[in-house]
Order: sequence, then C-alpha cells, then structure tokens
Amino acid sequence: MGLVENGKLPKPLTALLNVSRKYSLWVYQWGLACCAIEMGAAFASPRYDVMRLGVIPFPASPRQADLVVVSGTVTDKMAPAVKRLYEQMPDPKYVISMGSCANCGGPYWDSYSVTKGVDQIIPVDVYVPGCPPRPEALLEGIVLLQERIRSEDMGERWNGDPIVVS
Amino acid sequence: MTDTQQIAYIAAQAADARVNVELETEGMTLNIGPQHPATHGTLRIIVRLDGERVVAAEPVMGYMHRGYEKLAEVRTYPQVTTLVNRIDWLGSFANEVPFILAAERLMEVEAPPRARWIRTALFELSRIANVILFLGDMAVQLGAVTPVFFAFRDREFVLNQIEAVTGGRFHPNFDRIGGLKDDLPKGWIEETRGVLARIRTFCDEMEDLVAGNEIFEARTRNIGVVPADIGLAYGLSGANIRASGVDWDLRRDSDMGLAHRELDWKVWTHPDGDSFARYWVRLQEVREACTIVEQCLDGIPSGPVMAKVPRIIKVPAGEAYVETENPLGVMGYYIVSKGELVPYRVKIRSASFNNVSITPWLLEGVYVPDVISILASLYFILGDIDR
Repeated sequence: MGLVENGKLPKPLTALLNVSRKYSLWVYQWGLACCAIEMGAAFASPRYDVMRLGVIPFPASPRQADLVVVSGTVTDKMAPAVKRLYEQMPDPKYVISMGSCANCGGPYWDSYSVTKGVDQIIPVDVYVPGCPPRPEALLEGIVLLQERIRSEDMGERWNGDPIVVS
Repeated sequence: MTDTQQIAYIAAQAADARVNVELETEGMTLNIGPQHPATHGTLRIIVRLDGERVVAAEPVMGYMHRGYEKLAEVRTYPQVTTLVNRIDWLGSFANEVPFILAAERLMEVEAPPRARWIRTALFELSRIANVILFLGDMAVQLGAVTPVFFAFRDREFVLNQIEAVTGGRFHPNFDRIGGLKDDLPKGWIEETRGVLARIRTFCDEMEDLVAGNEIFEARTRNIGVVPADIGLAYGLSGANIRASGVDWDLRRDSDMGLAHRELDWKVWTHPDGDSFARYWVRLQEVREACTIVEQCLDGIPSGPVMAKVPRIIKVPAGEAYVETENPLGVMGYYIVSKGELVPYRVKIRSASFNNVSITPWLLEGVYVPDVISILASLYFILGDIDR
C-alpha cells in the first residue's frame, strides 16, 4: 500500500474504503467503571442494539479491534494498562472517551488517585459527556465517529500527525 | 520363573514405569486481569499454576481506587451522596441509604413514615436492578450468552421505574437527610406492579434456562465450596454467606431504619455453599425483593416525604455507624463529625472487599476454568472493592 503511505490514494478508492470501514467497526470492550454498564446496555441490550449501526462488539483481543470505548474512571494505577492496550491496537484506530471521568476526571476532579482525563495518555476522537451517559448518547458518539471516518483522507491519517478534534 | 513371580515382576515394572512417566511440571504464573470480562471491571488476580491447577492466587486491588474516604472530607453532607452513589454502581440508591441514615442519627431527625416506605421500595428496586444483571452475567462467564440479553432487557424496565421517581437511571442522588427529594409521580405504583410481574417471569425464565441447565450445574455444583465458619472468619456477607447456610440478614435482624421489619418476607439460605448455591440464593432474593416492593406499594402511608431540617446542614459533633444489607452484602458508614459543614472522617465498609478477600483460600487447588465460575459467583463490583 505504498500509495496510502505517500498520500496518493485515488479519491474513489478512498471513498469506498471509508464506507466499508465505517460499517465494520470492531469495538473492544474495555469496561472500567459505572459507564461500562451503560456501554453494556448499549451493546448487549435488545433495546439499544449497537449492531444495527455496523459496530461489532466482540473482538477477543485488542489486536483485532478498530475502536476502543474508554468507559469509566482511569486511575493512575490503570493508566499504563490503558496506554498499553491502545498501543496493541492496529492502525487506523479510534478512541471514544465515555463519561465525565474519562473526559476530565468528573466527580473525582480533586482526587489524588484519578487521572484527570484519558486524553492525557492516549488521543481521543469523540468525547461523550454524562455521568454516566445514557446508551443513546454513546450511540450518538458512535454515529459521529462514523461521520468522521466517512470523510477521512487515509493518506492524511497515515502522515503520522495526530488529528485534532474540534 | 513361575507365574506368580512373573506377575509380580510385571507389576513392579509397571509401577516403575508409572513413576518414570510422571513428569515434573513447570509452574506458570498467569495474570487474570486487570482487563478481563470475568472481573466486572479491573480486578487483577495473579494465579500460580501447576499444570491446570491453581497453587496460589493473589488478588491485586486498587485499579479502581478513587479515594472516596478522602474526598468525603472536603464535600458537604448533601454532596457526599453524589459520591457514594458511585461505589456500587449497579444498585446506587442502596448506597446512599446507610450514609443518610448515619447522618440522620447524628442530627437526631427521623424521616417521615412515607419517606421510609418509599426508601424501602427504591432500596429493593435497586437490589433487583443489581442482582438480575448477575443472574445473566454469571451464565455469560460460563459460556452462555443469551441470559445476559434477557437480563439487560428486563433491567431496563426497572431502571425506567427508578428514573421516573429519581430522574437518574444509575445514580439517583435522591435521598436527603430527613427524607426524600420528591414524592412519587402519578401512576407510578400501578406501573411498578406491571414491572414486578415482568421480573417474576424473568426469574422463572432464569430458573429454567440457567439454574436447571445440566451444563451449568456441572460447572457450579461442588465447586468453590465455602464452609460457614470459614466464610464468617473471612467476613463474607450478603448472599455469599447465606448460601453457606448462615441465616443472617440485617434487613430482618437489625433495625436499619427502613420498613423491612413491618413486612412479611423470608430470608433464603442454602446448605451447600458452592457456586450453584450462591446463584440460587440470589435468584430467590430477587423474587423476595419483588414481594417486598409489592407490599410497600400496597402499604405506603400518606403524609409528607421530608422532615423539618435546616437548609444549610450542619451535623452536630459525634460519631455514628450504620450498616445495611445492600445487594452485595453488608455496607456500613462510620461518620465522625466535628459539627462542621463537612464530615471529619468517613469510613466505608463495603461488602465486596471482604467477599474478594476469601479468593486466596478459595481458589487454591481448583482448575483454571473454575476460577472464572467461582469469581463470577462471588459477585463483586470493583467500585465496591477499591472505593
């Protein structure tokens, strides 16, 4: 795939790749705290059912995953494991930070043992606010991420510069 | 060589051979966690294996330590309930109750009867919301995926009822010192009756689908047996100790300040103490919780839901300890107050910490697949362990 690395992928091929990537996101289940239950409700409950969006929540290992949902409080003791998990995922990879704790520390903003935001250790694509966010909110976050993937330029992504989320 | 001699010779040879083929196995250290589906979050268990057997197991905690006890020292009393909601995140309302009761005891105010009864109903609804997820989740740990879909399906209805009263699916923050924030919404009682009928159907389904399943029984019967005296010595509580045949339930045995003692219900125990018994006792507890909520709905007295308390809450100096029978076991709050806006010290006794502390004893000598089923049957929540 030398074309991709040089940023010279033809436009129609990029569009085709993006559509197929958008509807086959494999999300790694990374349950940390309270939000993991709402994530479970979004992924496993018949009422919300994330699979209708083309998201498959059952990879056995981070090496098969495209997306990780950091759902819950990241403590200083847990942070190295989160970073290591992110590094094990193959590129292109996406991160959704779910809940106030993963966004900024949340109710533990003054705690001595909590990392104030997972974006201090790994780059985050979508922030989902709430404590915990409702499953609908997580689904909207996934839809937003899919919109981003749809309009993404693979060559730009492979330059190595981090994409800044506005 | 006679026949007898020959037989003896062959037997000796065979015995020699048997000794020779018994290979020395090399020990192996296996990390279960910190990210593992069976650990309900981020518990890490280091197991030392000899072949397929566990020689030693050591739980490593603190991956979810968020410092509640220290944070409570800089939060006012109404703010502390926001924090303690998040300790056991599946049954949040039940976490607020012992803290509020302890603060009420210090302030010498008592919630009006209507508030006490609504508290009891919400307490048991959060127990249902908590335990039915266990009923589905334990089957997932053993390889059956369907029950957890059922659990999530019916849990939504319970959460809807909690949300209708409190405004929050998970973390209601609804309990106030001296009563409740609000009264019940119109039509809530009738809707809740329908939900309880649904939960009873769910329990019947689980009894058929999981507890009556041959594979499930083979994986859980006589596995992870906790004798009553060992369990008591390790400080197990809740359904874990009732599954070992100890008839101990704080809702019945002590005056928690809720309405349980005025109602007619039963404490379930099981004599076996194995993984299956823990599942079975929790299944019966969900049914019993339905009975309690139904009786609450019938008997909620009229009147105010809030006693007269000052707007700015200052708790008089003193100490109080209140413990209640939460979904996971005994949960207690020890509050030391110096008469200020914030507590001087809050010590939290949570059930899961003690329930997990038995794992080094319990996991010794079991096979690796049974580690998962035993951990699942002990039913801990990480926020409740690390706090």
